[in-house]
Order: sequence, then structure tokens, then C-alpha cells
Amino acid sequence: MRPKDALRPALAVAAFAALAALAFVLSSYPLVVLTEILILGTFALGFNLLFGYAGLLSFGQAAFFGTGAYVAALVLLHGPRSLWLALLAAVAGAALLALPLGALAVRRDEIFFSILTLGLGMMIHTVAFGWREVTGGSDGLTGFPVPRLDLLVASVPLARPRNMYLLALAATALVALALDRVVRSPFGLLLQASRENRQRLAFAGGNVPRLRLAAFVLSAAVCGLAGALFALFNRIAAPDMLHWSFSARPVLMTILGGAGTFLGPLVGAAAFFGLEQLVTGWTQDWMIVLGALLVPIVILFPRGIVGTLAERFAARRSGAQERDG
Amino acid sequence: MTAPPLLRVEHLSRTFGRFAALTDVSLAVERGVLSALIGPNGAGKTTFYNVVSGRFPPTRGRVWLDGEDVTGLAAHRLVGRGVARSFQITNVFPNLSVLENVLVPLVLERGRARRLFRPLERDRALRARAEEVLESVGLLRHARQPAGTLSYGDKRLVEIAIVLARSPRLVLLDEPTAGMNPEETDRMIALVRHLAERLGTTFFVTEHDMRVVFGLARRIFVLHQGTLLAAGTPDEIRDDPRVRAAYLGTVE
Repeated sequence: MRPKDALRPALAVAAFAALAALAFVLSSYPLVVLTEILILGTFALGFNLLFGYAGLLSFGQAAFFGTGAYVAALVLLHGPRSLWLALLAAVAGAALLALPLGALAVRRDEIFFSILTLGLGMMIHTVAFGWREVTGGSDGLTGFPVPRLDLLVASVPLARPRNMYLLALAATALVALALDRVVRSPFGLLLQASRENRQRLAFAGGNVPRLRLAAFVLSAAVCGLAGALFALFNRIAAPDMLHWSFSARPVLMTILGGAGTFLGPLVGAAAFFGLEQLVTGWTQDWMIVLGALLVPIVILFPRGIVGTLAERFAARRSGAQERDG
Repeated sequence: MTAPPLLRVEHLSRTFGRFAALTDVSLAVERGVLSALIGPNGAGKTTFYNVVSGRFPPTRGRVWLDGEDVTGLAAHRLVGRGVARSFQITNVFPNLSVLENVLVPLVLERGRARRLFRPLERDRALRARAEEVLESVGLLRHARQPAGTLSYGDKRLVEIAIVLARSPRLVLLDEPTAGMNPEETDRMIALVRHLAERLGTTFFVTEHDMRVVFGLARRIFVLHQGTLLAAGTPDEIRDDPRVRAAYLGTVE
């Protein structure tokens, strides 16, 4: 084991502790911004399992994010007022939806996969938009009770920004932990092999469509969890959470942060909202500024923030080693 | 009753639209006999390999592996039955380390694909086997390097390692020395010969380099315009007037 690997758990714990401590230091507004970063960062982490590891660019992940949001809202509206049940149902609902959609999409590669996910995502949006009795149509679902966060020792109201932030942080940490295990597992290796060379993988005995479908469902489950948290956070499940343009968010965040890195999507989400905070201070049209920033980033730093930093760091370290040796 | 040949194909044909790439090819490769498939460019060698390895099914005819009908099975299923192949164009996982390249087939062989949450690096037995495979092709010292950064000849060796990792019964090598310099070619020939002897695996090699074929194979099949022109020992093939007319004459 390399020393870098030995440090990982310690660094992860330290980062988690520092972020948790922020809950007791910051005021409500920055906590709300951080909560949104964490939730959409989790969305991007789920997206990047497909993009960064399986090499599949999905333009339809909002379908699963939105499904998670609606399922959680429906459970809270019509079912028991249980946070855990709402989250569980959201994850299951998104994963279940991903099975048939994924089975269709993973049979195609590259741009065709992207277009299929885009098209399927549009269909899901149209269904939700039209099915007024269940989804509330263009109004979405509002007025559902925000449940309390029931822990073994205590029960706290989620309506408080600090508690919502801590819930989002815990969810993000769990997702990051789980996905980190996944990408370093035998399954994760095969996923990367399918990105690198699907023909060679098939001729090494890999069932490429099945492998991709498993990744697709897993990604959708994470996106569904993020969507459920987003619905709780905004107290609404709205059709724009299902809209294909919402699918662009994890794409942008991941590219900004670095698709080839594990934490890139999270850092990208932070950069995305950080920029938004800065730019909206002086103009309403922040998407223009974002677009203008993305172009040079993609051209000059195709590995994104984390990828570029890691590269610099590795170059410096190997330089130091050469001098030492 | 004698054991069936390791590979037998009967009346194998494959058309692409109106083009007949293979027409009524029947042949048998015996277990443990290093065999070669030769023929000029466009003779149908790669099509033959693609059909036998499950890349696409034949239009007509059947493929038997060790007496079992495997016609039309998908590639990943044929791998499970012991058929492995290399490609004419180097075909590795460029951004994975050399070690990981070999771990891919091993993970699949040992049914670890469903292990989602246990880090691969903890599987010491798997890793030991991967290192053993790398050692056998002389790549162990490059284990940590991304496969895409190796020299051309070494990349081809990575592919050989991927092919051999699952201890296949039948190894199809599609022009293993294509694009190699003379030194790399000699190394590859020596390696294939050595592995064939040591592992007891049956190699079935396509080549366009006559020096390689006659120095390596004990049995040679000649394809010409999609049909089997001749089959025999290297001496028989060398002396066959039809082969000379169709093929050898154009080389020398």
C-alpha cells in the first residue's frame, strides 16, 4: 500500500469533521448554500459513476433525480411522515425506473447513449408534467410535511437549516464512501475497463451491457437520493427537477471539477455555486458568465480543478524524487 | 473412440452483403498442435477468427469446441469455455495499469464481477496470479505503469498476458507480430513457442510473415479468397504448387 492510500481515511475523517463543525459556526444563509452544494454534489457523484468510470455521458440523470424528489414528496403527502421511508422509497423508485431505461440505453455507445438518455429523460418529464392528479402538473408537489430527523438518541426538526445541512452532509459522506468502495472493487475495475476498451473487455469474458446496466441503476439510485433531499430542502418536488436542462447541471459540475477524479464532481459543485454566488451579485444573466468561463476551462484545463491540481502535485513530487535520487 | 479435435469448423461461411468473406471452410485444430492460418491480405483470416471467437455468427456452418457445438455463442460466453484471442490492432486498456489489465480477465474468471464493495487490492490471491501471468510474458517490472505508455512491442505483450490470464484451452492470435521490428518479432515467436510448450495451451496463429509461420507452426492452413486452399505440415505447404501459385509467389 502506498503512503498516499494510508492517509486517505484520515483525510476523509478530517474533512468530514471540519464540514460538520461548520454547522455550528456558520449562520443560516451560508449553510443553505452549502446544503445545496452537497445535494447537487451528490447528484454529480452519481452522474460521474457513469461518466468518469464507465465512460457513459448521460444527459438524462434528472429523470432519476426528479423521480427521487417526487417519490419522497408523495410518500410524505400520502404515507407515514417518515424521513427514512421517504428516502428509501426515493432511492428504490429511481433505481426501479433505471432498470428499463438503462436496459434500452446501455446497448448503445457514446453519442447514441447520450441521445437515448436525453430522449428517455424528456419522456419522463412529459409524463410527470401531464399526470396532474399524481404529480401536480406544472405546480409540482408542495405542502408536504417536512419530517423530523429521527435519530436513535434524539429527534430534531429538519426545517432548521443546520439540521438539513447535517443530513445532507451525512448523505453525501455515505454516498462518497460507498462509491469510493465501488470504484475500487473488482466491479469498479471492470467498469473502467469497459470505458477503456469494451471490445477487449467482451473478449476477456465481460458482459458489457449487464455491467453498464448495473452501473446505470447504481447511478440512478444515488441521483434519486439527491433528488429526495432536494425536495425536502426546497419543500417542493417541481417538474423542472425532471427537466432535461437540469441534467446538464451534474455534467457542468463534473467537467468543472474533473471527471477523471473521484472528488471532482463535489468540488465542481462547490465551484459552480461559488461562481453563481459571486456572479449573481452583479448580473442576473449568470449562465452567460458560466458559459464564458467553461470554454477556457475545458480548453485549457480539460482535467478540471481536481484533475489539474492532482497533476501538478504529482509532477512536483516526481520532480522532487528525481532531485532526491 | 478418439477424442474430438479441440476446434472443428464445418462448412463455415460468412457473407457481408454480397461479399463472401468465407466460403465453406472446414478444418480441425488438434489439441496441443501449434497451428497457423495463413493467406494473403483479404483471404478471410480475420473473419475466420471473428466467427470462431464469437464476434459475429457465421452465415452458415458450425463451430465445435472439444466436441461441443458453440456456433453463434457471444464472445464473453466463448471466453468462459476457454477460447481467448488477440487482435491485429493492439487492444489493451490504455489508462489502466499493466497489472490491472491482467486483473480484468482474472476478476471475470473467478466470478468477482459482482463484488461491489470489497476493494480489489485486498485480494492477494488474485494479485499473485496476475503477477505470475505478467512474469510469464516478461512484463512484471512494468506492472504499475499505464499500459498505454508502454512501447508498441510491450503493449502487444500486455494483450498476450490478458489472453493467457484465464488459462484458455484455445488461443487465437491474430498477427501477433504485425508492425513489430525484427527484434520484437523474434521475442514474440520465442515467447509463443515457450508458452505453448510450458502451458500446453493450443495456439492458433494467423501470420503474413512466412519466416514466422514456418518457424513456429506444426500445422498450417492456407486461406485464399475465403476458401481453404490447403492444409498440412510446413513442408507440405511449402511444396504445394497451388499455395505457391496463390500466395508464396507473391511474397518472395
